[in-house]
Amino acid sequence: MITAFFNQMPVLVVVVPLLAAPLCVLAHRAFAAWLIYCLASWAAFAMAFLLFVEAKIAGQVSYAVGNWAPPFGIELVIDTYSALVLLLVTGVAALTGLYARKSIASEIAIEREYLVFALMLLCLAGLVGITVTGDAFNLFVFLEISSLSSYALIAMGPKRRALLSSFQYLIMGTVGGTFLLIGIGLIFMMTGTLNMADLADRLPEVYATRTVQAGLAFIVVGLSLKAALMPAHIWLPNAYTYAPSAISAFIAATATKVAVYALFRFVFTVFGAGYAFGTLPLGIVLLALAAVSMIAGSLASIFQTDVKRLLAWSSVAQMGYIVAGFALATPAGVSAGLVHLLNHGLIKGALFMAVGAMVWRVRASSINDLAGLGRAMPLTSAAFVVGGLSLIGVPATAGFISKWALMSALFDAQHYGVMALLLVASLLSIIYVGRVIEALYFRPLPDDVSHHKHGEAPLGMQVATWALIAINIVIGVHATPELEAAARAAATLVGGGA
Amino acid sequence: MREHTVLRIVSQLVIAPMLLYALYVQFHGEYSPGGGFQAGVILATAIILYGLIFGVEAARAAVTPTLLRIGAAGGLLIYGGTGVATILLGGNFLDYDRLFAHGGQHYGLIIIELGVGITVASVMIAIFYVFAGRGRQDDPDNDEDHGRADDYDADDVS
Repeated sequence: MITAFFNQMPVLVVVVPLLAAPLCVLAHRAFAAWLIYCLASWAAFAMAFLLFVEAKIAGQVSYAVGNWAPPFGIELVIDTYSALVLLLVTGVAALTGLYARKSIASEIAIEREYLVFALMLLCLAGLVGITVTGDAFNLFVFLEISSLSSYALIAMGPKRRALLSSFQYLIMGTVGGTFLLIGIGLIFMMTGTLNMADLADRLPEVYATRTVQAGLAFIVVGLSLKAALMPAHIWLPNAYTYAPSAISAFIAATATKVAVYALFRFVFTVFGAGYAFGTLPLGIVLLALAAVSMIAGSLASIFQTDVKRLLAWSSVAQMGYIVAGFALATPAGVSAGLVHLLNHGLIKGALFMAVGAMVWRVRASSINDLAGLGRAMPLTSAAFVVGGLSLIGVPATAGFISKWALMSALFDAQHYGVMALLLVASLLSIIYVGRVIEALYFRPLPDDVSHHKHGEAPLGMQVATWALIAINIVIGVHATPELEAAARAAATLVGGGA
Repeated sequence: MREHTVLRIVSQLVIAPMLLYALYVQFHGEYSPGGGFQAGVILATAIILYGLIFGVEAARAAVTPTLLRIGAAGGLLIYGGTGVATILLGGNFLDYDRLFAHGGQHYGLIIIELGVGITVASVMIAIFYVFAGRGRQDDPDNDEDHGRADDYDADDVS
């Protein structure tokens, strides 16, 4: 029985949240839906952890859906690269469950709450599906599941403008999804297969054709849109700003990260590093876009008046860091990019949760509205400060580990210019984090305290925020397990394709 | 609608065959073009036609929003539940051969297509209700209130 369960885990980690979603809809009560969400997301997290261990031992876990042998059927493949992202997604989802109860209740009408939890479960199922699948078309389907549910989640934001930003995201996201589908269609046309491992075997014969080159281009552009890399980032600030706070935290920590995961799954596993970065100049293109993202995102962040929007722009900058690491296509670079992908997910999740707790209290998210909250909400403000330090990259936080790894990878690859830009972007992040901290601690509470009826944020929100902060510190102090796992993942990605 | 006699009579004649045709497409899907998605859309079209001719309230009374909610969730559960059943019977997810000794692939496909049909029909009709109900009062499915945080509206957007 136990072995049977272990054998079925790759599919159960998708199926549990997927089937919990209709159960939420049937339950119809806010509390019951929340309970189902928590049970499903924590179960998914537990399975993700077991899969991570299994992938570490076996190197790769494979599962044939419907017992159709790959490459004909849909194959689920979990290696260390996917298991790490899977851990991030399910972990953040599980903590968001603790956080969401009170946060959602304060922003969304109670008769709609069950829909939020059902949509979050669908989004989780989609994101998990992207990480575990070994089938190119299946990846597209899961990407659409997660995207469609996140459009609906963002549209549920408390301001009317949430609808507009959701629509903006829908247009950009659909363009991205269509590009991905066209790309997959092109490589399917040339090879007749959709299984990623099989594609990797068959593509080298047709590398020289325009069709495959165009396929790679479409896939890279499509997934860059989903990942909000610089010229395609336009949907992100509005979406994160107007989404309900718990949704901002969940999506900011997972959705773009999974898109980056999918992008480099295609680039390294399907096309191979030698083709994308040797024959074709993908490396220099991505590195240039990443550099622009870092600087422009950080600069834009400084001038924001809304904290959620500030964090969203900072996310654009951080996507630049992550892509810069991967774009080096060296084992050190890819592992640094992956570590930053994970750490940034943890940092941004924690920061959005802290800000969400402040929004829960003052019902607004502009920096001026947060004035003096350092005294009124000491724990939440402290969490924001620690998260902010991690975002800047202060030693003993997770942000330091990944930025250090990035810097040394860039140094080894002799990209001194990008290295300098990374430093500048980090200095800029001191300014924007500093602006929020200044408002929190060095400005008096406004005299009009009518809306300050609440005290500190509710326990669930505190626990979730501080759990993410604690993981940040633990990684900052003892990063060896994460770095080793990332190095293993990088070895399978770059070693296999080069 | 009392004045549109032709429309009323024709749709009265057409709606029942449409429902029947939906069932045909549903259950003949694995031999001929069709299947759950198409059947669900055809079924929804019949209800939508009914709503257009005889009024949304009449359609709502015939197919209630609660029924649609249960249908939309239940269809997905039928599909996923089939997969879970195959796991419990010792196979992989959606390994239909485990379901029946003979013709497992055949019957398994019919079951999941049924789930698809129910979900698609429910969601299509629900979308129609939402659009048709726009701007009406005392409509629980279409309240424009996106939350109770009305005082949280100080936009300062660039």
